[in-house]
This record gives sequence, structure tokens and C-alpha cells, in this order.
Amino acid sequence: MTEFEAVIGLEIHVQLATQTKMFCGCKPVFGEDPNTRTCPTCLGLPGALPVINEAAVDFGMRLGLALGCSLAERSIFHRKNYFYADSPKGYQISQYDEPLCSEGELAGVRINRVHLEDDAAKLVHTSETGRIHGAESSVVDFNRAGTPLAEIVTEPDLRSAAQAREWLQLLRTTVKALNISDVNMEEGSLRCDANISVRPVGQKELATKTELKNMNSFRFVEKGIEAEIERQRILLESGGTVVQETLHFDPRTGSLTALRSKEEAHDYRYFPDPDLLPVSVDSEMVERARAALPELPAARAVRYAETYGFEQELSERLGFEADLGDLFEAVLEIRGKASDPRLAATWVSGEVFSRVEQDAGSAIEASTLAELLELLEGERITTAAARQVLDRVLAEGGSPADIVASEGLEKVGGGDALAAAVEIAIAAHPEAAAKVTAGEHKALGSRRWWRGAQRNPCSPWRRVGFITWLNNPQRQRFHSQRRWSLC
Amino acid sequence: MSSDLTTLSASAASAKVKSGEVDAHELFEQWRERSRLDDLNALSWSADSVPAEIHTGGPLGGVPLGVKDLFCTEGVPSQSGSKILEGYLPPYSATVVDALAAAGAPLLAKTHQDEFAMGSSNENCAFGAVINPWDRGRVPGGSSGGSAAAVAAGLVPWALGTDTGGSIRQPAALCGVVGLKPTYGSVSRYGMIAFASSLDQAGPITNSVADAALLYSQMTGRDVHDSTSVDHPDPVSEVPAADLTGVRIGVPTELSGEGIESGVLDAFNASLELAKSLGATVEPCHLPHAPHALSAYYLIAPAECSSNLARFDGVRYGLRVDPGEGLDAMYGATRSQGFGPEVRRRIMLGTYALSSGYYDAYYGRAQRVRTLISQDFDTAFESFDVIATPTSPCVAFELGSKTDDPLSMYLSDFCTVPMSLAGIPAISIPNGLSEGLPVGLQLVGPAFSENRILGIAASLEAAIGFDGSAARL
Ligand SMILES: [Zn+2]
Repeated sequence: MTEFEAVIGLEIHVQLATQTKMFCGCKPVFGEDPNTRTCPTCLGLPGALPVINEAAVDFGMRLGLALGCSLAERSIFHRKNYFYADSPKGYQISQYDEPLCSEGELAGVRINRVHLEDDAAKLVHTSETGRIHGAESSVVDFNRAGTPLAEIVTEPDLRSAAQAREWLQLLRTTVKALNISDVNMEEGSLRCDANISVRPVGQKELATKTELKNMNSFRFVEKGIEAEIERQRILLESGGTVVQETLHFDPRTGSLTALRSKEEAHDYRYFPDPDLLPVSVDSEMVERARAALPELPAARAVRYAETYGFEQELSERLGFEADLGDLFEAVLEIRGKASDPRLAATWVSGEVFSRVEQDAGSAIEASTLAELLELLEGERITTAAARQVLDRVLAEGGSPADIVASEGLEKVGGGDALAAAVEIAIAAHPEAAAKVTAGEHKALGSRRWWRGAQRNPCSPWRRVGFITWLNNPQRQRFHSQRRWSLC
Repeated sequence: MSSDLTTLSASAASAKVKSGEVDAHELFEQWRERSRLDDLNALSWSADSVPAEIHTGGPLGGVPLGVKDLFCTEGVPSQSGSKILEGYLPPYSATVVDALAAAGAPLLAKTHQDEFAMGSSNENCAFGAVINPWDRGRVPGGSSGGSAAAVAAGLVPWALGTDTGGSIRQPAALCGVVGLKPTYGSVSRYGMIAFASSLDQAGPITNSVADAALLYSQMTGRDVHDSTSVDHPDPVSEVPAADLTGVRIGVPTELSGEGIESGVLDAFNASLELAKSLGATVEPCHLPHAPHALSAYYLIAPAECSSNLARFDGVRYGLRVDPGEGLDAMYGATRSQGFGPEVRRRIMLGTYALSSGYYDAYYGRAQRVRTLISQDFDTAFESFDVIATPTSPCVAFELGSKTDDPLSMYLSDFCTVPMSLAGIPAISIPNGLSEGLPVGLQLVGPAFSENRILGIAASLEAAIGFDGSAARL
């Protein structure tokens, strides 16, 4: 039986987070009331003219450089003519045969081009499904019209759905590091279409491809591509032929429906927009864009692996999430050469990240984390205590050393000192202690903790946790923090 | 009873307002009353009242202005001669209209035009044809026919027109007034309802070269809203009549022989003799690609218009005809009922010229011809200071005489289209009469040579001594 392989190329649209739209002075802000971010130009009013947003060109150059592209000294905006209610001018202004960036590469996938264009307006269909079919009427919100887009087109170098998703995630991370876009698939600031074909292993020529449109999450990208590869494989195995068409993937049902076939394809009647001059890029502009490039995620991950001997997952966690990498390096910087990089890395990527996934890097000051790790590495507190301190710091702020001192978390040898501390705590909080003694383990927040404490009541660190809990004036807060007692 | 201020030239009125001799509000009111005399269908709108504030301190001294329909004027109908924009009130004004108001030329009236500036007779106006004040059975030319007729008839002191292939110069010639098509890029296009973006250019239509220079002096300059606009490297201020001694005038053989009416040619040759008598040298020159200009123009202009006019779809403004059968049907009904036959013809032509597989053969080749024409002019200006041709091959023709024959109508622009393709300035001045109808003389210079051609035009204007008073209502 013939073995088949998939050949996949991606077309990615990235909304650029510039202060103004691609060709007018409107601010592209999302979630505003409809049609409040508009002007004669982005509404396509008679007589209005476009003016190229230099910041968008600069962002496009940064993106091109990050993807290893060469930048054209001269690139041209064309008009792509088509009639649709989301197209206020009756054409999109897009780069065509002379794009800003061409011939790059990211992680082994060749980039054909990166070009700039303006986004369409948003159509809202007032029907049950939200799809245009069967819609009773449609309304148009022009706030999105004219938002700058960079379109990234890859060569067909991807071979599986999973590889496509992973590569897209790396691309997202890379764009995010450039600080030029929110790159949020759910909100549409990152959009992905895929060109997919399937051919017998060993065949050089590309087979007929289909285009899969607008998959709005990484998971759907993978599922959609997978479904289409499977559809084509079954078709080919049963002796059928693939027809060139555009497909829509429905993630709820997993089904693929044709949007339009090649025969109905538009003739976009491209021609150079006579309202605009060619974009010329000089070496000074390129150097400025190059200087604005941060260390790119892939390069950073490689550096961590090489410098500290971290395994791939740890290197990539820190390298791909710029704020985590920054926090890690700042902590290392404060603690100096003698400290353990792996400890800092695992605390940043594990303990901190698992507690606050959003903006983890800015949830805690590097100096605070460094102070905590100093206590931990100096064996003045245990890992469990350090976790408690981290919880406190994240919730209320404060200095780790102070918290350790005030909560009595410093390592103690057990025996008399600990027993005395427990007695003092129970005496100070008789009501709470009575509850615990009566078996209201929920008062401590974690069933697991309480069971552990019951099994080994003498474990000093469980007792320390107990004391801490009793001494904590805001006990409720601890209830919600599931990791508090995992010792 | 105050004197009739509307008999003053725009320049003279401006000077009198500035010196305090004339009150700008009184001047506006008298012109407002004059504009009500319009029985030529020249005006599409005129002011109900005198504006509260007139910038009399500006260089234009408060002399009111007629403005072609296609300029957006905030809150004032701006229809570009089309049913698809009937009654359209823009929320903003064209840069040049704002600039002229700020310089002291408040809006008095809007003038009728061929629909979307497509035409040479003003018969392609959705709101009726404009009539030539010299002969009520004849056309005023187009597309800025309303502006030219209004200036000639004394309904407005001066006016704005736009020129894409001759739309200022040809009606100026047919109505016996002055029309300047400036260098492409010297006047902002922002707020001008586009016909062909790479060719459209606003310019003055006036009773004299001095008035044209004065109005143009306040129109130029880079506009941040128009990427194709530039600061004029040699801005026009006051233009004294030039000494013609030693001025080299080139007469392109391609544009001054075949196809030109004999009466027009006689007047042209007489003025060349006049120039010689004033010290100029007059010699033939060659623009070998000029005869191909019309063909190139009728690919480039329709191609651009097919795209520029796509926005008139009934979705956001203007006419909407919705048969209730979906979006495509609404587009079809709106556009076939909203656009007139000439506009539809050019949209079809342009759509075809840009379609895949034909682009190189049509649009691409036309652009190459355009480059060659531009080079022809560059070469000619190495040997000549200015090029002279008749403006229009014929005098004003009878209403309806060419409406069934688009090709013969297109020939009206035979002498004016090459300059539009090259983007260079050209002025038409009245050059006497042929069989009682005005004839135009066109003077052409290199890019940004407005000072030069206005100076030479002023000398010839004085020597020709045209009297246009017969057209005054
Ligand atoms: Zn806008």
C-alpha cells in the first residue's frame, strides 16, 4: 500500500499593534463601540486618500529581520480589487509582486515573503449561527477596517499537523518577543490559513492543494489540518482526485465545508495604488529596525541550553517566554556567579509560572525572588516553607526574610522547640485549633495536607505549616491557594 | 446704492477689500445675488447667506469662490455630477477648499460637471447639461464646464476646476476664460472625488492670467493627507507679464495640424505671429509619441476609475437600490441605476484593461507609452522654454452633436491629454474668436514652471486683448 506524506504551507496574518491604522490616523482599539474608530479614509468616503503608516513599515521590517528575510529597498502597494461589504474602498491595499520582505527562514521552515496590507471591516451577521448562510441581515463595524496587517507566507515545508502547530507557536512567540503585536488567535490578532496537499512518499512534485481558512486557535489549526490530511489521504487511496478549493473547518463537528472553488476565484485586478508612493527603505532604517530587535526566542533557548546545560523544555520555557527569561536572568544577576542557575530557572519556570501564568515575569520583583532563593539555597528554610513564602509574597508583597521571621518559618531542628511553638500557636488561637482538632480539616484548605498531617503528625514541616496557618490573620486566603500545603 | 462690485476682476476686488475700500460681506452678497441669475445650469448649489466670518486679511481678500461639484465641501452637496451621490453631504472639506477659504476665498457656489469628471461637453451630468453662455445651443466643454461657464457668464468671480485629460483647459477654451492645469502633485487631491488618481489635478478657472496666478498661489503645498503632493519648489506669488524677447516657443507638429479646425488654426497662427513680433522665436518641435496619448489615456484613466469608483456600492452613503436579493444584487442595481452610460462604459473598459492576462497588454503598455511621452517633453524642453498648441481642436459644438459618438468626443482632448500624462503644467488662455465662438491657446512648460508659463501667458493675453464681455449675463 502506498505511503502518503502531507505537504503544508501556512499563511499567517498578524495585526500590528501600531498607534494608528495602516493608512489613516485612527487608533485601532478593540472592544470599542462599533464605528467609533473611523475617519473618511478608513470608511472609504469619496475623496479620502491613504497615507502609509511609517510605524507599520518599521514593524514589518523588524518582523522580516526576525524571520531572516531580505528587505526590499523599494516595495509597492497594490490595489486588490473586490466587492464585499467588509471592503469600504472596494479594494484592499496590499503588497503584491514587490513585498517588503522576502526569502527568510524560521526553525527550518522557509519564509516566502512578509508583506503589509490593511485589514477589512468586521461583518456581524444577525442569525442563529453567526455564519453568513441563513443570516437575516448583516451589519458592518469599521473599527477594524484599516488595521495594519503583516502577512507571512511560508514555503510548503511542514509535514504534519502537529509540526504546523508547534511551528506556529514558535512564530507567535517570536512575534511576541518583537513587541509588535498581541498575537492572540482568539481575538484575531493572529490568524492562520493553511495550504495542504498529500502525495505519495518519494514523489517530488507537489500535489493539488486545498486552502483551509481561519482556524482561530492553535488546537484547531492542528485538528483542522489533521482532518484535511486525512480527508485527502482517504480520497487518494480510494482513487479519487483532490480538487483545488477553499475549505472551512468547523471545530465543533470536525467537518470541512467548501467555501468556494477555484473556478469561482476572484480576478483581483491588481495594479499599483496611484495614491501611494513606493516604500523606500534605506540602510539607516534597516539598522534602526535591527537595533530594535530583541534576542529572539529560538536563539535565547539555545543560549540557555548551551550556557547552563538546561534540557530543551526548560530552555524553551525560559527562552520563548521573554518575561520569564528576563526574570531568570535578573535573579541570576543579583545572586551572582556562585548561585545555582538551575534553582533559579526551575523556580521561575515552575513555582512562579505555575502560580501566575499571565505576566508571570512581572508578578514578582527579581530582588524578592533572589532573596527567597538565597534563604532556600542557604538552607535557612525548606522548599515547602519557601513555597509558602512565595504564596505570601505574591498575595501580599513583602520581604521573604521578614515573612520567614514573622511566621517563624526558619528551619528548626524539631523536638522541643517545635513542640513549644505549636503549644504557643494553639494557645493563641484556641477556636481555630479546636476546629482542627474536631476534624474540620476543610478549615485548613487542603484535604491532602490534613491527611498527610494526620498520618505523620510529628513531621516538623507539617507542624510548621499548622503554626503558620494558625498565626495567619487571613486564614480564608489560604483556602484558595491549593499549593500552600503541598510539602 | 453701492456700486456693482461684480464687474471688478477678482484681483481688483481682492485689492480693494484689502485696502478697506470694499466690504467683503457686501462683495459676497452682491456675488450671491449674481449667482442667482444662473440660467445656464452652471451652478449646482449657491450660498443661502453671507458667511459670518470671511478671512479678509488673507491674500485672497475675501473674494468668493465657485467650486466644482466633485470637491468635498463639508455640509454642502458634493455629488460629482452623479445620481449615485445625489444630495451627498460630506463630513469634511477638501484640503484645497479649506486652504482657499483660510486664504480669503469663501465658498459661494458649487458648479456642475460631467459625471465623475468623465466627459468633454458637460452633457454627462446627472443634473442636466450646462449651457455655453456664448451660444445657448452649444456645450461649454467639460468636465469643468459649470466652472468655466459660471466664470465666463460672471456668475462667480473665479472658480476651481479639475483637470484629468483636459477638463480645465478645454472648457476654459470653449468659454473664453483662463484655465490652469498645474503640475501634478503641486495641489493636494485630498477631498477631490477621484476619477483617475495619477492624473487628477485641481486648478483655477478665471477671467485673467493674473487672477489664475493669485488663486493658484494659495492652492499649492504639501498636504500630509495626500502622499503624492509636494511643496512647490518655485511657488507662485505675483506673476508679472514676461518679456518675450528671446523666449523660445516650440510648436509640436503632431498637435497643430491635422484634426484642428481651420478657424482654430488661424487664430493659433495669428497669436504665434504676435509672439514673434514681441521678440519670441517660434519653431516647430516634435513630440513623436503624442499621437498615442489618447489611446494610453483611455486605458490608464478608465483602469484607475474602475477601482476608484468601486466604493460607490450603496453600503455606506449615496444611492442604494436594493431589490432584496442579497448583496450582489444590491451592488448591481445600485451601480447600474446610479452611474450614467459614460461612467459605466469607462468602468467596463478599465475593468477589462486590468483583468488578469490583459494587464501587460493594456495597462502595462499604456504606462510605457506614458513614460515615452514624458521623455518627449523632456527632450523638447531642452530646446524650448515653452510649448504652444491650440487647446481644443474645435470651438464649442452644438448640444447633442457628439453624444452618440464617444470617440469623436474623446478627440476633444487630443491636444491636452499628453500634458496630463506627463504631469506637467499647461494653461489655456482666450485666443480670440472663430465664427463668434472662443478659441483657446495652450502654453505648456516643464514640471513646476508655473511662474514661467503664467508670465508668458500674461504677455500674450495682453497682446491678444480678448474681450469676453459678450458672455456676461
Ligand atoms: Zn481612519
